[in-house]
Amino acid sequence: MSKIKSLDELRKIREKVSDNTEVRITGESADRTIIAVGMATCGIAAGARETMSALLSEIEAKNVKNISVIATGCLGYCYAEPLVEIRPPHDAPIVRYANVGAELAKEIIDKHICEGTFIEDAIFNRGGSN
Amino acid sequence: MANFRMHILICGGTGCMSSHSPEVHKNFIDILGKKGLSKEIQVLKTGCFGFCEQGPIVKIYPDNIFYVGVTGQDVEEIINEHVIKGRPVQRLLYVDPMKKSPQEEHKDIAFYQSQVRIALKNCGLIDPENIDDYISVRGYEALGECITSKTPEEIIKIIKDSGLRGRGGAGFPTGLKWEFAQKSASDKKYVICNADEGDPGAFMDRSILEGDPHAVLEAMAICGYAIGADEGVIYIRAEYPLAVKRLQVAIAQAEELGLLGDSILGTGFNFKITLSLGAGAFVCGEETALLNSVEGGRGEPRVRPPFPAVKGLYQKPTNINNVETYANITQIILNGPEWFNSIGTETSKGTKVFALAGKINNVGLVEVPMGTSIRDIIYKIGGGIRGGKKFKAIQTGGPSGGCIPAELMDLKIDYETLNAAGSMMGSGGMIVMDEDDCMVNIAKFYLEFTLEESCGKCTPCRIGTTRIYEILERITKGQGKMEDLDALKELGEVIRDASLCSLGQTAPNPVLSTIDYFYDEYLAHIQDKKCPAKACTDLLEYVVIDEKCIGCTLCARNCPVSCISGAVKKPHHIDQSKCIKCGVCESKCPVKAIIKQ
Ligand SMILES: Cc1cc2nc3c(=O)[nH]c(=O)nc-3n(C[C@H](O)[C@H](O)[C@H](O)COP(=O)(O)O)c2cc1C
Repeated sequence: MSKIKSLDELRKIREKVSDNTEVRITGESADRTIIAVGMATCGIAAGARETMSALLSEIEAKNVKNISVIATGCLGYCYAEPLVEIRPPHDAPIVRYANVGAELAKEIIDKHICEGTFIEDAIFNRGGSN
Repeated sequence: MANFRMHILICGGTGCMSSHSPEVHKNFIDILGKKGLSKEIQVLKTGCFGFCEQGPIVKIYPDNIFYVGVTGQDVEEIINEHVIKGRPVQRLLYVDPMKKSPQEEHKDIAFYQSQVRIALKNCGLIDPENIDDYISVRGYEALGECITSKTPEEIIKIIKDSGLRGRGGAGFPTGLKWEFAQKSASDKKYVICNADEGDPGAFMDRSILEGDPHAVLEAMAICGYAIGADEGVIYIRAEYPLAVKRLQVAIAQAEELGLLGDSILGTGFNFKITLSLGAGAFVCGEETALLNSVEGGRGEPRVRPPFPAVKGLYQKPTNINNVETYANITQIILNGPEWFNSIGTETSKGTKVFALAGKINNVGLVEVPMGTSIRDIIYKIGGGIRGGKKFKAIQTGGPSGGCIPAELMDLKIDYETLNAAGSMMGSGGMIVMDEDDCMVNIAKFYLEFTLEESCGKCTPCRIGTTRIYEILERITKGQGKMEDLDALKELGEVIRDASLCSLGQTAPNPVLSTIDYFYDEYLAHIQDKKCPAKACTDLLEYVVIDEKCIGCTLCARNCPVSCISGAVKKPHHIDQSKCIKCGVCESKCPVKAIIKQ
């Protein structure tokens, strides 16, 4: 690696390496939104791994911050898997989407997360909080 | 690079490493590799999480799940259940003894709830051997800002305004110390980091260096710029091999990126840092003895004044600060002095890291705001006294400090309150004692330590600590006289007033504070020839209670000196003239018929 020649250059490098710790720092934040993907046997069989990848790549593409994507266990609605649960911060109600394929996953990030508009016809149910 | 969706952090501090965290680390890497998950999931070693009692610790992000006591065999289950299927492994979660339920997130654990992390901010969050991790949390930005847009005077003013005081012992205002060194005109100056950490039971500085070495390097460079020095030395004991290695790695990485060395960030400011390994003598933590040791001389203190800020290393102006003092600097520069001085008490700002040890449930490293009460540290954070015993006293300040009794539990800790209570902040060791600890014996333990560690240069310390130790030994053997108490006080005062360095000046503290607060215990030893805590073996006897003894002969068969006699099914008897008071009989007796008295 070559030497860093100015404070600006140091700051640019920081931007570049911010991914190093972002998952951890967001994980500690009280204001983050958590997206939980059902990854039990039923979820995985229904394609939850692709759902998760689609969510992650869209988050990266749109450079969305303060969001954690986690795997969660069986939510009990195996017929509706892959299930995706959006858990907003500060005890706001949870929203669940059913049968989330790669397309819908992308839309969830673009509409629900970025714009704040729910995709009504894909919502499975709501309620409960973190 | 695709982002890692999950980060698995394994504690790589000395404590967890010695309880096999490297095996846990290796198993995670191997098994994730076999399952083809290495590209999605990052596995890394961090610094100490502080919860050493529960190690090895594994923390998983972004779920923020905190596992305790993880072994190599648990890794497969964590991967199959948690990593792949999203089901945290319940049996490895920490169970709060008060709430009795497993706690998933570390912020729900009482141990962490009252803590505020400034010096330990990055410990357990970043990989200390990866400079990119440090840069990603604004590493080296404080240095960059200082050398590109601040004058040395401005920096010193920030440190002064923050109210930061030395964390190595005496609590001297750091900004003022820097100012003295800055004002000493010289062609050459030095910055020294004191990482000797000689107090028994203390491991704050080690954990900072192991978990966040760059924070200390960066602060030393800022200090160098502020006082006009181009060379820094870290004096660290050779018994800290992991901290030494992490520092070496960090220095090499910083030099490679031009963040240390010549013309840092293209500004023309030069600063290099080297390590100087100490052999572990307690006195070498004293700043002037340290200077002699770095120069290759004997570790004996110099007469002050001149202070190091005027004549220090190789007689050049030198600023010496403790590791933890430096660990606060970058945060003060980045967040401003007002932020820092809004935390703490009137006279003592910011936080203090304490190494909690002794008879406490949660042994470990804690960082709390100045002004936190002893009660909160012991009960809220420390989880109370081990085995439900009674809290008796807390020892702070190491061999230079004193014992604070349970009655003063609501004392809000800062430099002044601890001094007023006859103890001191010291570097942050905190040893908790319960009803089974004899305070005379504790005082004797510390005096034995200072006696051995006294360098011998000045008479009051060399001879004085020896005489005090001899008197304490007599008292714990039941041969003490009432006049001894006066002699201890008188000796203590002379040693305090006449010793050359603080090693001697503070050596009597453990004795004087225990005589003050636990006078009755001294009296019991001297007048009744009894040790109320039943810790001084010369003052106790093991006896058989005839009515309880069932004559099973277990005690007699296990006694190493065969001093127990008695017929089968008949009460036994201990021959006191032969008994060595090892306590084996008491622990073997199935009906608790043998007692200490
Ligand atoms: C016997 C003795 C041992 C000491 N050991 C240490 C030590 O291990 N680490 C430390 O930082 N300061 C130690 N000190 C205090 C140093 O002399 C000095 O005050 C300190 O390094 C200054 O840094 P600070 O202002 O940042 O606290 C010791 C002092 C004495 C008298």
